[in-house]
Amino acid sequence: MLKIKNLHASVEDKSILKGINLEIKPGEVHAIMGPNGSGKSTLASVIAGKEDYEVTDGEIFFEGKDINELAAEERAHKGIFLSFQYPVEIPGVSVTNFMKTAINETRKAKGLEDMPAKDMLKLIREKAELLEIDRKFLSRSLNEGFSGGEKKRNEIFQMAMLEPKLAILDETDSGLDIDALRIVANGVNKLKSKDNAVLVITHYQRLLDYIVPDFVHVLYKGRIVKSGTKELAHELEEKGYDWIKEEVNA
Amino acid sequence: MNKYTEDDLREELKTKEYEYGFYTDIKSDTFPIGLNEDIVKAISLKKEEPQWMTDWRLEAFKAWKEMEEPDWANVNYVKPDFQAISYYSAPNSKPKYNSLDEVDPELLATFEKLGISIDEQKKLSNVAMDVVVDSVSVATTFKKTLGEKGIIFMSISEAIKEHPELVKKYIGTVVPQKDNFYAALNSAVFSDGSFCYIPKGVHCPMELSTYFRINQAGTGQFERTLVIADEGSYVSYLEGCTAPSRDENQLHAAVVELIALDNAEIKYSTVQNWYPGNAEGKGGVYNFVTKRGLCETNAKISWTQVETGSAVTWKYPSCVLKGDNSVGEFYSIAVTNNYQQADTGTKMIHLGKNTKSTIISKGISAGKSQNSYRGLVKISPNADNARNFSQCDSLLMGNECGAHTFPYIEAKNKSARIEHEATTSKIGEDQIFYCNQRGISTEKAIALIVNGFSKDVLNKLPMEFAVEAQKLLEISLEGSVG
Repeated sequence: MLKIKNLHASVEDKSILKGINLEIKPGEVHAIMGPNGSGKSTLASVIAGKEDYEVTDGEIFFEGKDINELAAEERAHKGIFLSFQYPVEIPGVSVTNFMKTAINETRKAKGLEDMPAKDMLKLIREKAELLEIDRKFLSRSLNEGFSGGEKKRNEIFQMAMLEPKLAILDETDSGLDIDALRIVANGVNKLKSKDNAVLVITHYQRLLDYIVPDFVHVLYKGRIVKSGTKELAHELEEKGYDWIKEEVNA
Repeated sequence: MNKYTEDDLREELKTKEYEYGFYTDIKSDTFPIGLNEDIVKAISLKKEEPQWMTDWRLEAFKAWKEMEEPDWANVNYVKPDFQAISYYSAPNSKPKYNSLDEVDPELLATFEKLGISIDEQKKLSNVAMDVVVDSVSVATTFKKTLGEKGIIFMSISEAIKEHPELVKKYIGTVVPQKDNFYAALNSAVFSDGSFCYIPKGVHCPMELSTYFRINQAGTGQFERTLVIADEGSYVSYLEGCTAPSRDENQLHAAVVELIALDNAEIKYSTVQNWYPGNAEGKGGVYNFVTKRGLCETNAKISWTQVETGSAVTWKYPSCVLKGDNSVGEFYSIAVTNNYQQADTGTKMIHLGKNTKSTIISKGISAGKSQNSYRGLVKISPNADNARNFSQCDSLLMGNECGAHTFPYIEAKNKSARIEHEATTSKIGEDQIFYCNQRGISTEKAIALIVNGFSKDVLNKLPMEFAVEAQKLLEISLEGSVG
């Protein structure tokens, strides 16, 4: 589904990703872990197509097609979703209105008519229940005055609404208490199927107790320096990142 | 409400050149340029006005001659040469018709192009239209329906003839002839406008609406509107404006007077879309308007405006809260793009006890434009327990535009409570990227963010206006974020 080859990327001439190789197949859950500043969020932004980041070398293929030249919204239309670490506020735009616009824009890109209001309401009701979201929440302005947990839950709600093929969860666990974490993780797990894939980006192993990865990769200084199974995450939790750094620097 | 906007926007944007920039070749009856006493008299004569009206105009002209064009507003423009303007222009065809068949077909085509075909309006909406083309009212509809309730809705020229006692009693009582330079000019030379009277206790059953346009090259337009809501009555009045594209600057100096007697309520909504000049700042309408309302006891006046057009705007719809417990409201969205300049806001003059006012102003600046809010909240010594809440928000796009806020507060009564909130924000790249990531294009994202920003005011507009307003916001801001 996603194939990244020798990816180099920089922001404002500062080189951050220095040769990433990664392949994610349908049905798989991958986790990317690593110390602060290792390039985790950059990788997420580059896959999603943020303009500030310049791909200086390498390729990103999504379902066999090179997506490097595609705008962020075109990648979204293809089914790439990014759950933001810091979701932005859009005052005066309700969650429902935002989702309606997002869904209909995506449909339009595919040559489909707007989703009938009845279906939209039904979908919203279903997904809100799945994520235990109070419907009143949906008429509030997007992310405005939301608590950290509400913001993250809202991100996963949007993911549920858009039903992406590849969901990238960027530090979705940060700012969540244990109950919220469980709800969010349950949501993600319920949405999992053999046809979609999840890339979890996290600093801590905690989330991985709930969203169990098939593969764990350690990112350090812009490269994947170690890959393994979920046991690698436990090892990192116990021993921290220092031993990895030592290994790399040795 | 969203659907229309969102589906059609992209198509609209392809033809971004001012869409109403056409010119209809109707034979016009235009006065020679210049202004003197004879011209003022000639206008009055042309309109078959009674002597008191002619005298009133001459008095205004005398005052105007001694006045100077104000320059305190935060705008820069070449001052109009008032002697180079023609002060009267009317479609040459007979101005009164029994049916649409009698109307100049070219004029009807013009209406069609503007999307305000009278025919359509009659059939589809419950809105009575008093269409003003270059100053003379050529069609009034629903007059009969309104007549049954005793509501008078006609051109002010007709009103001067048919209801002189009402016009004489109220004209100039809220905006006196000598109020300011442009109001004095208007009082001297006003060509036409609308008049509306709602009798005691009558709730006007439909939104009253007037479309103003400027349709004659080099013609200044001086509209005069007078709305009187008698005791315990209610009226919602809509005013929409579009103008053909012109190279030279066109002057517009309108006066609107609202009178809300005891327990009456007037809602006055405006969508203004006059030619703002081209992307280089050439051409465009000068819009110098005086709008003011007077509230008697327990009366309420709400001004709602969406200002997207004009090269230069100078406009402060105000409320004089004379009666105890009266309420004034001002809701405004002002958009400036390219080289547009707007200096707009309101005055809330609290005279009575327990008077309340609310001001919500949303300024959106893009391109190289300058957008200023200027507001005055004045609490007089007798206005016990007066309350005001003001909120002024500015949204900036790009790095070359400006947003300015000039709030003035004069409180002469210790029991006054005045709140003022102001914010300035910029559409952030992170907001755009967030929308992009959800599949929403940048153009659409801006529309969404701007609509969200303006929501508090858009919500105050009657439905049919809200759609038009939303569309205008988006068209006005096309290509404004680089």
